[in-house]
Amino acid sequence: MRRRWRELKRQRWEPLPETLRRAIVAGVVGFLLLVLFTPFAGFDTTALFAYLIFVVTYVPPYRRLPLGRFVVPLAVLVLAVAYPYYGDHMFTLPVFSATGSNGFPSMDTATIITVFAMMAVGLNMVVGYAGLLDLGYVAFYATGAYVSGWLASPQFAGQTFGFGGTGVTPGTPGIHISIWLLILLGGIVTAVIGVLIGLPTLRLRGDYLAIVTLGFGEIMPQIAKNGDNFFNTGFNLTGGPSGITPIDPPGFGHWLHNNVWSGLPSDYLSATHADRFFFWTGLALLVVTVFCSVRLRDSRLGRAWVAIREDEVAAAAMGIPLMRTKTWAYASGAFFGGVAGAFYASYKTETFPDDFFFNISVFILCMVILGGMGNVWGVLLGAAFLAYLDRQGISNAGGWLNDHFSGAHASWFKIWSSPIDVSKYSFGIYGLIILIVMLFRPEGLIPSSRRKAEFSAEDLSDEPLYDVQR
Amino acid sequence: MDALLQAAGVRKEFGGLVAVDNVDFTVPAKSIVSLIGPNGAGKTTFFNILTGVYKPTSGRIELDGEDVTGKPPHAITNRGMGRTFQNIRLFPLMTSLENVLVGMHGRLHAGILRSILRTPGVRREEREARDQARELLAFCGLGGRDDEFARNLPYGDQRRLEVARALATGPKLLLLDEPTAGMNPQETQDFIAFVSRLLTERELTVLMIEHDMRVVMGVSDRVTVLDYGEKIAEGTPQEVQKDERVIEAYLGTKATH
Repeated sequence: MRRRWRELKRQRWEPLPETLRRAIVAGVVGFLLLVLFTPFAGFDTTALFAYLIFVVTYVPPYRRLPLGRFVVPLAVLVLAVAYPYYGDHMFTLPVFSATGSNGFPSMDTATIITVFAMMAVGLNMVVGYAGLLDLGYVAFYATGAYVSGWLASPQFAGQTFGFGGTGVTPGTPGIHISIWLLILLGGIVTAVIGVLIGLPTLRLRGDYLAIVTLGFGEIMPQIAKNGDNFFNTGFNLTGGPSGITPIDPPGFGHWLHNNVWSGLPSDYLSATHADRFFFWTGLALLVVTVFCSVRLRDSRLGRAWVAIREDEVAAAAMGIPLMRTKTWAYASGAFFGGVAGAFYASYKTETFPDDFFFNISVFILCMVILGGMGNVWGVLLGAAFLAYLDRQGISNAGGWLNDHFSGAHASWFKIWSSPIDVSKYSFGIYGLIILIVMLFRPEGLIPSSRRKAEFSAEDLSDEPLYDVQR
Repeated sequence: MDALLQAAGVRKEFGGLVAVDNVDFTVPAKSIVSLIGPNGAGKTTFFNILTGVYKPTSGRIELDGEDVTGKPPHAITNRGMGRTFQNIRLFPLMTSLENVLVGMHGRLHAGILRSILRTPGVRREEREARDQARELLAFCGLGGRDDEFARNLPYGDQRRLEVARALATGPKLLLLDEPTAGMNPQETQDFIAFVSRLLTERELTVLMIEHDMRVVMGVSDRVTVLDYGEKIAEGTPQEVQKDERVIEAYLGTKATH
């Protein structure tokens, strides 16, 4: 069945010109939207607009134009930047909507998406480009978060030191350094820690590396959890299980607010739309992350990473210093994990050990695998999808299920008697999603050309019989 | 005649097994030297010692007067030793061009920050590297296949690409491990001509492991024979051909008792 399907695809579908194929896809999507939306939810003008924008960005062959490869990313960026203005006014999504929510990501969800996307893109440098399986990526995230926790909160109340800190009155006890500096510093400190962890571990290969990184990923939250009485000295490093709070918000300071443009909040929490500013900041950091990731991928270093992933021995024989190159991959990945962590801590105004357990490492890895290892755009999609499900999607969908199928008030028909808490099964649901993707599209949602080739069946038959030459 | 490569008393033990036993070996500059011997004689192990994949148990290796004993592979490559592998080890999911560019890694300088900023210097370096890589591909007879994944190339082209990639490291000494394995007679003929061109046009020195005696006798200036890890003969192809120990190693001796 699958073979016939593939045969049909090759003979009938692939010879069609690409633009026509895309137009057909867009048409099918439009039809499905109509069919799905009209009975479940409202197909209003915003849905029509959304569909038109999709058609205009997806169908025409922009790639053939000079600079055409920038069209789609730019369109997505513009849509993302403008999101706070139209997100609430969009049509209602079926299944994923809830009372007071049209199903589109709320500002809070959108901000968390940018944080997770940053981490996923960072992890993709380590796992997708260099092929180093890192199961403890959350350690980097935690490091970044605690850097902002230590240096922009009343945690060390014995000290009173301010340097560009916003959202606090001068003279407040504790260290208060500008969050902007801390985001950078969080990245740098984390990169250094990445190097320190990397030096002893990156000599290991494959599974062994995964196990050791798993260990480090477990050590970090334990240190955070037990760091309120550091080695019984009574020194409170991390605030223990209750974490560090409150952490200062980012901001532009009073001078810029008063003298340049009052639209720039002196600190985010004092702004009318604090959530929008956090979202835009996260988005800006994400854009920088993606930019660096793409530039690195196309550089000498990125080539060396891929070469190492493909064949370590050959890479070394071509003059690539293995340890140094792998450590760079680790450090760059760690840097963006740290940046994400520092920003996240400031957004949440607090940092807890509970945010940094193993499941987060796996969750981020799932985003990378689901989206398409090695391809930034795929990873972004994977991150957005899973982070959305985690923050909003699953609980909303759970609510919808309960409304329609549970108890005496089931609006469709009764399947179970009392409402079930679907969020409890979220990790099971992610597992199922990954399983389905691995079965039917093992290369991920938007794979890189390399990964696509790795999994395509036609190419496999062409594989040279490496070991049967004599 | 200057020696480009000099190995003295090289010995490698794997546990109790002596794979290479006190081999003294020189490769004169601008010559083609072949290393032959029956299967399991330690030829590839010797290659791996020279290129730094294995550390020798004892002995000393000098490349162009510089001690490279026990240095890591990338350091040795960057000092001027390029190699190919017995079982082709290209980067299968990189294009031909990328494969060659990886070979140039040690000769390019773009660091991480300059790569992110893509400074004019990096741009120029990258452009020049690409031009050079295309030139190398054309030189090796792979012109026009730049953007194909290495694993999708036909077998003979993969062999050629391996040589192109090794040349990209800018070697003084090129090590070829059974370069004609699996080639048909015509391809082998072409390959012999190609190696001669390397010598005349690129002023390289070539050291190769080879089983095909037509190739060995056709292009080599000198031949060294290994058997059970020991060097049993050395000299011009004609001398080696007549050497009794060599004949014995390849064909065995008549039972004497």
